[in-house]
Amino acid sequence: MNSEKILEIRDLHTSFFTDKGVVRAVNGVDLEIGPGQIVGLVGESGCGKSMTARSVMGLVRFPGKIESGSIRLNGKELTGLTEKELRSLCGDEVSMIFQEPMTSLNPVLRVGRQVQEAVLVHNQSISRKDARKQVIDMFERVGIPEPEQRYNCYPHELSGGLRQRVMIAMAMICRPRLLIADEPTTALDVTIETQILNLMQQLCRETQMSVLIITHNLGIVAEICDYVYVMYAGRIVEHAPVFELFDHPAHPYTRGLMASIPQIGRNPEYLHTIPGVVPNLLHLGEGCAFAGRCDCAVDRCSRELPEMVHVREDHASRCFIISDAEFS
Amino acid sequence: MKQVISRLASMVIVLIGVIALIFIMLRIVPGDPVTILLGEHYSQETIDRLTQAMNLDKPMIEQFFYYITHAMRGDLGVSYTMKRPVTELILQAFPYTLRLALMGVAFAWTIGLISGIISAITQNKATDRLFMTFSLAGVSLPIFMSALLLQYLFAFRWKLLPLTSSGSLVSMILPAIALGWNSAGTIARISRSSLLDVMQADYIDTARAKGLSKRAVILRHALKNSMLPVITMMALQFSSMMSGAVITESIFSIPGIGRLATQAIQNRDMPLLQGTVLFTTVLVILGNLVADLLYSVLDPRIRKAV
Repeated sequence: MNSEKILEIRDLHTSFFTDKGVVRAVNGVDLEIGPGQIVGLVGESGCGKSMTARSVMGLVRFPGKIESGSIRLNGKELTGLTEKELRSLCGDEVSMIFQEPMTSLNPVLRVGRQVQEAVLVHNQSISRKDARKQVIDMFERVGIPEPEQRYNCYPHELSGGLRQRVMIAMAMICRPRLLIADEPTTALDVTIETQILNLMQQLCRETQMSVLIITHNLGIVAEICDYVYVMYAGRIVEHAPVFELFDHPAHPYTRGLMASIPQIGRNPEYLHTIPGVVPNLLHLGEGCAFAGRCDCAVDRCSRELPEMVHVREDHASRCFIISDAEFS
Repeated sequence: MKQVISRLASMVIVLIGVIALIFIMLRIVPGDPVTILLGEHYSQETIDRLTQAMNLDKPMIEQFFYYITHAMRGDLGVSYTMKRPVTELILQAFPYTLRLALMGVAFAWTIGLISGIISAITQNKATDRLFMTFSLAGVSLPIFMSALLLQYLFAFRWKLLPLTSSGSLVSMILPAIALGWNSAGTIARISRSSLLDVMQADYIDTARAKGLSKRAVILRHALKNSMLPVITMMALQFSSMMSGAVITESIFSIPGIGRLATQAIQNRDMPLLQGTVLFTTVLVILGNLVADLLYSVLDPRIRKAV
């Protein structure tokens, strides 16, 4: 990876201070995104991938809090910024699209107005008329048919795919350097999913924008990502370029995920699953969080936390097995 | 428009139902209007003659249709005790009730909304606690209690406002607060929880991710959405206020419809009671209709159906 980074997260800890105890949703995450790169962040539900993204956008809700760590956007530190300073970056330099296009748009405002708002808030000098024109141009670019008419539609009058296009238009309208997409296609059907992914890829190429795409779907990762981070129970357990990861998954969890992808031609009556469930983040032990579900776990795994070890250049994994193999 | 017409049609049905109910109830409760009207000394012959004159000897169904057909022409009969047309009495009393209700509603809605919104924004802080304590008091105190409390403090102890009401604006302040406090409390609680609820919605995250300030998020995105349940509540509050007006008017001796109704009940003055109930029902139904229309103005998803 080159030295200039769009997003650089170092040892990020985001925790929720609940009545039952502290939930460490993000527990020391390191993550980097280069310019124009599409990076995937993969993991099961509740592993902290959305919270990592929300930490960047300053959208962590009470009782959650960024405890420590650093988030740098274009070299600028985001933690410790005031709400106002952070808001001026959000939507402008970094923007986000969400999982549910059905609920992510305000039901009582026209979609055009909602996108126009993003233009107006970051560009005080622009007239409403020009802002409207920008929105309609953007609608056209993200493939919304009849953009002039759609501008005045309410969200409930649009299909799921169109709504997600509106969300993308809203996120892209200020030409951000980084787009965070939190499960952007999970709520859409498969044909629309491909369209949306292609659109994001195309926009990314055209504008040299970086994308952090959060998903539990390895198919999406294979389709559009350049680089992948695998997350488990609040920690990154493996990261590698996409082909490297698919060819040589190092962490037992990543291998389990790969094996769980159903494939045509294999025995269709048997679907591979990873046994057990994600551990409760309230009661995380000392050792590797995956130890309880891991086929290759040894005594040490439940006592000590393995360090991140480089398997190859650009490919690292948090597992003793690899480090042992590496040393031997 | 179609909605409005069908609502008006159903309003007629509701009205007929209400009249039927009050008609039957008045004839079930003990106390014969004729004997009450006549006082202590009377002969059987007088009773019979009066009963006949008041159409009370006819079958109930006949009385009912007689009443309905006349009510449609605006003739609600003649009050037994006051010997004047009920319509006239109601129209005379209505301005007082209207003024009381409007002031009560104004108090309830403004104070309720403002304190609800401030409470939501300052959730769990001192202002929130203060407002919520006042709203809890409003919700829990029955009107006759809060009215007496207000009278005692503001009129008797501190002598700031008149004890009873002559109908002037200043003298209506205490009754309006007494009447509106309960609703203000309810509205404050509903708008607080509704706003807090809406602030959890996904589109609030979208708005913040867009870069809007907290203020803009609340004003432009949260408020309108959070008002939807509040509007319904406000309309329902309007109905409960009409019943609250009966008590308030009695306590502050305001010559409004509520007091007319209390008098009618005490004297078994059937035409007068029927008239006041009918009139109040119309007001309540109209209030609900306005709320529904307002709802569809706020929410485009409903607008489609209208």
